[in-house]
Amino acid sequence: MCGSKVNISEANYLKIKEICASFNNNPGDLINVLHKTQDHFGYLPVEVQKVVAECLGIPATRVYGVVSFYSFFTMKPKGKYAISVCLGTACYVKGGEKILDALKSELKISEGEVTPDGKFSIDVLRCVGACGLAPVMTINGKTYGRLVPEDVKGILAEYAD
Amino acid sequence: MAIKMHILVCGGTGCTASGSKEIIEELNKELTAHDLNDFAKVVVTGCFGFCERGPIVKIIPDNTFYTRVKPEDAKEIIEEHIIKGRKVQRLLYVAPDTNQSVSDSKHMEFYKKQVRIALRNCGFIDPENIDESIARDGYAALGKCLTEMTPEQVIDEIKKSGLRGRGGAGFPTGLKWEIASKSRVGEQKYVVCNADEGDPGAFMDRSLLEGDPHSILEAMAICGYCIGANHGLIYIRAEYPLAIHRLQVAIEQAEQYGLLGKDILGTGFDFTIELRYGAGAFVCGEETALIHSMEGKRGEPTFKPPFPAQSGYLEKPTNVNNVETYANIPVIINKGADWFNKIGTEKSKGTKVFALAGKINNVGLIEVPMGITLREIIYEIGGGIKGGKKFKAVQTGGPSGGCLTEKHLDTPIDYDSLVAAGSMMGSGGMIVMDEDDCMVAIAKFYLGFTVDESCGKCTPCRVGNKRLLEILTKITEGKGTMQDLEELKNLSNVIKDTALCGLGQTSPNPVLSTINNFWDEYVEHVTEKKCRAGQCKALKKYVIDPDKCKGCTACARACPVSAITGTVKNPHVIDQDKCIKCGTCYEKCKFGAISIK
Ligand SMILES: Cc1cc2nc3c(=O)[nH]c(=O)nc-3n(C[C@H](O)[C@H](O)[C@H](O)COP(=O)(O)O)c2cc1C
Ligand code: SF4
Ligand code: SF4
Ligand code: SF4
Ligand code: FES
Ligand code: FES
Repeated sequence: MCGSKVNISEANYLKIKEICASFNNNPGDLINVLHKTQDHFGYLPVEVQKVVAECLGIPATRVYGVVSFYSFFTMKPKGKYAISVCLGTACYVKGGEKILDALKSELKISEGEVTPDGKFSIDVLRCVGACGLAPVMTINGKTYGRLVPEDVKGILAEYAD
Repeated sequence: MAIKMHILVCGGTGCTASGSKEIIEELNKELTAHDLNDFAKVVVTGCFGFCERGPIVKIIPDNTFYTRVKPEDAKEIIEEHIIKGRKVQRLLYVAPDTNQSVSDSKHMEFYKKQVRIALRNCGFIDPENIDESIARDGYAALGKCLTEMTPEQVIDEIKKSGLRGRGGAGFPTGLKWEIASKSRVGEQKYVVCNADEGDPGAFMDRSLLEGDPHSILEAMAICGYCIGANHGLIYIRAEYPLAIHRLQVAIEQAEQYGLLGKDILGTGFDFTIELRYGAGAFVCGEETALIHSMEGKRGEPTFKPPFPAQSGYLEKPTNVNNVETYANIPVIINKGADWFNKIGTEKSKGTKVFALAGKINNVGLIEVPMGITLREIIYEIGGGIKGGKKFKAVQTGGPSGGCLTEKHLDTPIDYDSLVAAGSMMGSGGMIVMDEDDCMVAIAKFYLGFTVDESCGKCTPCRVGNKRLLEILTKITEGKGTMQDLEELKNLSNVIKDTALCGLGQTSPNPVLSTINNFWDEYVEHVTEKKCRAGQCKALKKYVIDPDKCKGCTACARACPVSAITGTVKNPHVIDQDKCIKCGTCYEKCKFGAISIK
């Protein structure tokens, strides 16, 4: 039952409740519920997972088990500009790692981390389907292809704000 | 005026990434500006296959194939080609061998040897418009099955076609359907489409779904009719937003047309389809893991039997097939098993779609008859190795597969010959490597992937693969011993024999296959501390050739650790103890004086 107190605002609480209800609070739809919830909040902190568990009537440990199993779900917020570097095979053989290294040294963070100002985060993913443009990275969904390490500086400058 | 010309623009992921959306906007703007909206129409299609030359724009009816189009080119295409009927020469493909421009894709080397069955509609139709699909026989096979054939007859036709699963293992599809149809007759059953596409360098299934979603829906309904199921589920990666969108549109349109839903075509047969999203776990491509994931659980595999046909989704009989497998079904029904089984080799019928990528001139999506040779794929369709480098290997089967080398170039490709050569068909990833690729590093790359993706349920895979990765890392860092090489082999065989699911059972394949084919390279890493491809950073040695060095000091100024000494106009020297092998000097030298040893 949805009802007990969790450390989360009323509006957010209602939003999660609404998402779960749109799937008839069916535990079999847990993964679809988590996708929708992450779309909304950007990530899935424990407090959010607890509400999902309540609404679907399942133990919070099961929700946590699912969130931690799937790499698409994240418990940490991403940067305002989420950078994903493709390290699928096609990008790997064309030097995707060098792009990653250039980003890491430019932003001074590692993969899976966010810059202290919350602006950029770096993640690694596998094949975005643009192997013809390998090596590839994406920033908030926008694709940059045929990259060389020297391109990194200029691309980041586009997001200077 | 009626629409006389169609401007097809590739809306596949590759071309979208290089600007096809903007091209579409510009083309539409120009059409409106010239008041041509009743005469010509822009159609957004799926991937044409020739992603290397994208974004692609094709004009129908004259079949002009424009490559590497930019938004700025829209004006000229409309004003010259659409209005004046003159082709824009500079956007045509130039054949590298003859230096002649080729305007019709069927005359291009890239397409000549391809046979398009699964990809028949990709690049021809607007995937978001069901009428275009229907105009090309969409749902005709479903109609034929429901009105003229019994489920047994359909299954017999599929069996006779010789179609085998395109998801990796190559199980005969007709037989799979027959087993599912005879399982627990009269109970609720399910049809599942596996669109998880886990191979980390491949995009076949995604392109099929983006380019021709209706064929998949149609085939799933046919399968439902055959096995006695009225509900289908497509398990698709959440990372494929475009494919998801097109499937949603397609399902909605098919329901409106009465081609999905209740009482399809008035025959009393009901069939509905819903989408389930994956969440980035490679192991979920394995069918038992996939089923658990669809039930909202962790995607951990379970031991087979029971097979999904006996007890699958919600413990009901379930038939799981790959996207490409389904894409072949409507054609087999429409054209007949005897037409289909004339294509291919004795035990592998039809065609296979491959995502051709890596160090090859023509990266793209290709569909070739079974039995074609690697040489034809690489040198004719693929246009040879990039930059005139020397071919080294092709990896097929992704992290479960192996590599093929020069000695396999003339082997006809089918399920059995690839296994005999120490690789596998896999789902269709085909990565070409050249002399600059280190095979030890490639094996390490795949093992890194497997270690990340192992679900951890069984020890051989969880612990064993980690150990393999450690040994490989040691070797690439120049710290390996001959005994490590022995352990690599032994441990690989243990993991193969004892892991619980297909992921673990196949994960050592990239190691074993590179050991078999490139033993010398492994030994060199160990005994000579040398990486001939120059990929293993720790083994690289940058040296300055005193005869070529002009003493310009560029390298010394750029070196981040001041490892280079020398005076102006005199040859410089690198202190190997200080050098961190960053490669900066190599890139800075304008005189080619620095080489990697
Ligand atoms: C680790 C692992 C990953 C797999 N990934 C996929 C995949 O991404 N797509 C797929 O269709 N089949 C995949 N399979 C094969 C499926 O288990 C199953 O055999 C296939 O979907 C059956 O369809 P088919 O007979 O049409 O090939 C994978 C198998 C294993 C062991
Ligand atoms: S082989 Fe690997 S992926 Fe498969 S069940 Fe065992 S640990 Fe999980
Ligand atoms: S490779 Fe890097 S560290 Fe080594 S000498 Fe050249 S610039 Fe200096
Ligand atoms: S950059 Fe080249 S030519 Fe100039 S000092 Fe270095 S090695 Fe010599
Ligand atoms: S491997 Fe990077 S886009 Fe395919
Ligand atoms: S994505 Fe456009 S040709 Fe492949």
